[in-house]
Amino acid sequence: MPKYLLIMRGTDESNAAMMASIEEGIARTRLFIEEMMKAGVLLAAEGLDDPGQGAVVDFSGEAPVVTDGPYGETKELFGGFFLLDVTSKQEAVEWAKRVPAAPGSKIEVRRVPEEDEVPQDSTVQR
Amino acid sequence: MGAADVEAVWRIESARIVAALTRFTGDFGLAEDAAQEAVAEALVSWPLAAPADPAGWLMATARRRAIDAIRRRTALRDRYALLATDPAVDEDIDPDRIDDDILALMFISCHPVLSPEARVALTLRVVGGLSSEEIARAFLVPVPTVQARITRAKKTIAAAGVPFELPPAGERRGRLGGVLSVLYVIFTEGSTATSGDRLLRPDVAYEAIRLARTLAALQPDEPEVHGLLALCELTAARFPARTAPDGSPILLEDQDRRRWDFSAIRRGLAALAKASTRGLGPYGLQAAIAAAHASAPSVEATDWDRIVVLYEALGRVAPSPVVELNRAVAVAMASGPAQALAIVDELIALDRLPGSHLVPTVRGELLARLGRRPEARAELELAARLCTNQRERSVLLRKAAALG
Repeated sequence: MPKYLLIMRGTDESNAAMMASIEEGIARTRLFIEEMMKAGVLLAAEGLDDPGQGAVVDFSGEAPVVTDGPYGETKELFGGFFLLDVTSKQEAVEWAKRVPAAPGSKIEVRRVPEEDEVPQDSTVQR
Repeated sequence: MGAADVEAVWRIESARIVAALTRFTGDFGLAEDAAQEAVAEALVSWPLAAPADPAGWLMATARRRAIDAIRRRTALRDRYALLATDPAVDEDIDPDRIDDDILALMFISCHPVLSPEARVALTLRVVGGLSSEEIARAFLVPVPTVQARITRAKKTIAAAGVPFELPPAGERRGRLGGVLSVLYVIFTEGSTATSGDRLLRPDVAYEAIRLARTLAALQPDEPEVHGLLALCELTAARFPARTAPDGSPILLEDQDRRRWDFSAIRRGLAALAKASTRGLGPYGLQAAIAAAHASAPSVEATDWDRIVVLYEALGRVAPSPVVELNRAVAVAMASGPAQALAIVDELIALDRLPGSHLVPTVRGELLARLGRRPEARAELELAARLCTNQRERSVLLRKAAALG
């Protein structure tokens, strides 16, 4: 079955809106996760910490260059993801519409190719 | 919005809608009909004007159709009773009650008064939200057959006066076992198709896994629910390695284990850990066997002694000739083919699996390992004659031919 990744993309404004009522946000997200579990579609869910806690590894040069914190010009920041096991893109989108996301944020819905769509080695020709 | 959007909302909402309407009307058949009418209306009206709240639209429309049906019925019986029976519309949704209602829906769909085929069709239709066409495709039967099964099932439930409720405590375990076996039948139809030209039908297996996940979320304290889920996840984890590009089956010993779905294995092991807390039942034991395979880097490095012990335990809690046959295969790997052949020959002597291609398949393999080639060949040819899956049959014939 196709898997879909729902990628949460927040902006500074939406993140600020979420932080303003963080407890309510957490409670609603927990309910939403439960709902997806009861529907049998949730495979994984993670929220990401403040990008200031992370680093960026840049491969533009010969050797990778590591800088702390978020990437300079990023307007939208990945805030977390849900990995779903559903039958169609429409179903993934329908779940995405139900995410208790903060106003101003976006959810990118991306399909995970199935195993048999990815060439395993040079001997496999499809 | 197109048909695929309607189907997507329906997949998510159908069980809830049928469950809520059954509680509301006390009539499972009427609830299912009303829900189907609502989705049929959605297929017509949503492409013209998409509702702001599709899920709410479906529930409200289904509820209106249910009220219409009650009114028609009441009008026929007693026009004056109309006002008294006009049902109040309950807009409050209590999450705990919805969970119980969906469970009750699973129990009613898998009720012992129904035939096994009807249980499968009804579960996929009302709990899984599949159309008759999808169910027909899944089980390779004509659409009218599925429709007739569902219609008959609803009549049977009404005639038997099956109440819409969770089974009483004393019956709960047994009835839950009934639900699990329906889910397992659906899963095995996907993991080893009993007919047709394809070995695997992952979309059918997926429906079973999805329903098992739902049941595990609703009944988290039942070890066998987690056991079944673990068994399905661990079995499905091997799907990517089980068929060659031409669709022919690849046996466990020849599978490229790098192609196994490791995230499915991880989910299976996590479910097995939940099943293990209070001693494993039949599904948990089968999952433990699947886990022993899933954790082994190769056939040689597999803990066959443990698998033999698990099959012995399975033979005690759920004795069956198929379990004995599998135990023989494990014994062959752990202690050699001669001991295993004795187990198989005893099965044959007692005629425990008449007409099954599995017995001569295993016996042929064991004889081949013992170097008794002409006998092995005859057994594999017999197995091929008895086998109904075309893909499996050609593997058997190839093996027989290789024995010269």
